Amino acid sequence: MSPAKKPPPSQELIKGIWRENPVLVQLLGLCPALAVTNSVANSLAMSGAVLFVLLGSSLLVSSIKRIVPTDVRISTYILIIATFVTIADMILEASVPAVHKELGAFVALIVVNCIILGRQEAFASKNSVGRSLLDAVGMSIGFTLTMVLMGTVREVLGNGTFLGYSVLGPNYEPWVIMILPPGGFLTLGVILLVFSWVKRRSAARDKVASSIGGPAVQEAA
Amino acid sequence: MGDLVWILVSAAVVNNFTLALFLGLCPFLGVSGKVETAVRMGIANIFVMVLTALAVWVLNTFVLTAAPFLRIIAFIIVIASLVQIVEMAIKKLSPALFRALGIFLPLITTNCAILGLAIFSTNRGYGLVEGLFFAVGAGIGLTIALVLMASIRENLELADVPDFAQNMGLVLILAGALSLAFMGFAGLFSAA
Repeated sequence: MSPAKKPPPSQELIKGIWRENPVLVQLLGLCPALAVTNSVANSLAMSGAVLFVLLGSSLLVSSIKRIVPTDVRISTYILIIATFVTIADMILEASVPAVHKELGAFVALIVVNCIILGRQEAFASKNSVGRSLLDAVGMSIGFTLTMVLMGTVREVLGNGTFLGYSVLGPNYEPWVIMILPPGGFLTLGVILLVFSWVKRRSAARDKVASSIGGPAVQEAA
Repeated sequence: MGDLVWILVSAAVVNNFTLALFLGLCPFLGVSGKVETAVRMGIANIFVMVLTALAVWVLNTFVLTAAPFLRIIAFIIVIASLVQIVEMAIKKLSPALFRALGIFLPLITTNCAILGLAIFSTNRGYGLVEGLFFAVGAGIGLTIALVLMASIRENLELADVPDFAQNMGLVLILAGALSLAFMGFAGLFSAA
């Protein structure tokens, strides 16, 4: 972005939720989005950990951006992120051992989650502390929404439950494949297809509205 | 010996890193457009994974016994610097090999498959030999997944796909189908 004209601070918060949604638009952080969304509880725990790490690293990176030499910035960011991940890992292990066990190695793998390093390099290292925190919160909300959406679809279809409570009744035959690995790929695939279909349709509608008489492209979808 | 073969086969197909554990998705989705690139990426991955297994064994045996909570940080830094050093060595010693693998090495370094390998083999308490077999198996599994995906995508270019589906959505659905196919290997568990 150009440093001359900055969007209002509220935009930094909102953009992560839809327009620059980390998972659906930027396709970052797919590894946790697919691996731990087999239940809503796991999705929430993972999102919480990501929120914590992203907030912590954005805060630290944006406050020390002036004293970090450009050549070693990436290594510095990774060190900072790894520190916060270690803390998050320990907190989860101490407070919710069952969930921690189920998330397994994927908490540690937040270190290499592209969302976090990406935000540090693209945003926190160039913006003020306040804006970076807003950006981090926005991105985390976007990430959380996607995770919960996937967790809900997979848990409801694959297990007939939501957060452990039965929603589809005792006669529902669970669609087990949804909570197994292929279900993750399929769910995210379908979500992305729907997402791009909606986007294309609204783009086509705008086009038709602006140039009446041109070849109608609305039927393209 | 049977155990070692089992570790290798299990990491390669039954618990395929990409299709069952979702590790290494970035290269899987990013560089799976051409078969040739996919093969080179796969080989570079096997190479880095073997290096990682060595580094992890040394760290776990001699360094981290005193401070296990520094594991994540230590793994990341040591693996990243090791790959960097080896990259420089290859550049000097074998320019041909560097041209073939060089550009991939820095990309792989902080890939979740590599850190995942390190953490999994630590959690399972693998020794040096087991760790090496695990690394080779995981690397082979990643290569298989990459090459399969690239072959499908090369054919996909000729297919008439609806406009809105020409993005990652379709690739993920394909990955789901592949993953479904690989679940068939889970039957190997009971045989062993």
